[in-house]
Amino acid sequence: MNRFLADARLVAAKDLRIEARSRVVLNQVAPFALLVLVLFGFALDADQRTLRAFAPGLFWVAVLLCALLAVQRSVSVEQADGALTGLRLSGMSPAALFVGKAAAVFVQLVVLEVLLTAGIIVLYGSEIEQPLLVVATGVLAAVAVACTGTLYGALASGLGVRETLLPILLLPVLAPVLIGATRAFDDALGNAAVDGWAWLGLLAVFAVVATAGGALAHGALVEE
Amino acid sequence: MVELNAAVALLGRFPALTGVDLRIEPGETVLLQGPNGAGKTTLLRLCAGLLAPESGSVTVLGHDLTTGPERRAVRRRVGLLGHSTGLYEDLTVTENVRFWARAAGLDAEPSVERVVGALQRLGLDDGLLDLPVHRLSAGQRRRTSLAALVVRRPELWLLDEPHAGLDQAGRNVVDTLIGDAVAAGGTVVVSSHELERVRSLSPRVVTLAGGTVHRDTNA
Repeated sequence: MNRFLADARLVAAKDLRIEARSRVVLNQVAPFALLVLVLFGFALDADQRTLRAFAPGLFWVAVLLCALLAVQRSVSVEQADGALTGLRLSGMSPAALFVGKAAAVFVQLVVLEVLLTAGIIVLYGSEIEQPLLVVATGVLAAVAVACTGTLYGALASGLGVRETLLPILLLPVLAPVLIGATRAFDDALGNAAVDGWAWLGLLAVFAVVATAGGALAHGALVEE
Repeated sequence: MVELNAAVALLGRFPALTGVDLRIEPGETVLLQGPNGAGKTTLLRLCAGLLAPESGSVTVLGHDLTTGPERRAVRRRVGLLGHSTGLYEDLTVTENVRFWARAAGLDAEPSVERVVGALQRLGLDDGLLDLPVHRLSAGQRRRTSLAALVVRRPELWLLDEPHAGLDQAGRNVVDTLIGDAVAAGGTVVVSSHELERVRSLSPRVVTLAGGTVHRDTNA
């Protein structure tokens, strides 16, 4: 178990260090996320009340689009010069590799969610009525998206056409996360009379299944 | 140490090895040669536990590589230098070497002295150690990749074209490295097209052709 955690921590720290150096999320994905929010505003041509009503859905669509970029980046650093072969050769447990990669994507998603939350408050005029529900939804959805994205990223990279295939594979699978997180945010932002905590249950189940399923299936995907 | 009996390995559906019989004793240095497509790289990957044999048996360092867990177990004891360097572009030379040492299961973080020593043995001067890999030349990357192997001190060295992309000084360093590995009790298998250079490293030359051992000389 110690070896597993040490390996997962090693991979996560490595990915986050690479991100800190390359600043792809900070300089490219984060501006893209804000741009998406702005473009949604233009496309809906709406006043702030309408934007506030749609804010939860727009927020989570933006998160999913950013997640695609983060996952593709996570996959590409291992593909660039045969690093994935090196990781296989290291004898590291595929499950530890999965957890480490997913953890790094999770951290990046949380940063993006914080930024997007500020974005909907400033741009759409949203107000947070239940901060705890917002945080819990953000964390659970980030776990679900990071784990599912890491798993499908490995699947798409094995097929050799990850850039185009990943969105087609991943987005439909993440539809329950989009729905659950949007409903929970509807409640947290005071947009609709729904039980956000009940939808949080769906996110929790999805997150657990994605984590366990990813850890179990990752080995088969990274092995030739 | 290494024993293959009628080992068959596929690359996709293509039989890259069609029945290899080979035995390598501990501490031995073996040179692999043969034309492109003869199966040299596949043989090295098979011995490293990266490929499963389709049929036949492969035993490396006491591990029966027909099973997945055994293939994973042997990988931490083997060092494979392949065609790609396996380095992360945005990490520094030192960070890459340390990462791969830790990933390979070294219990403690390799000391700065050990990492720097390995890099210096490969002719990478101190000024390069804190540079990100994307600023290195191809030869410097190759040396960094070799340094990551040196720090790990594998029991079995599998070197696929280790001289490729290196200048004359770098090639001499690789030859010294192989000599050091053997002197330290390691077993070394080197695949190379540069016959004249590698022949001085060992008397045993295994020639592959068509995915099988064509000739095995020890002169």
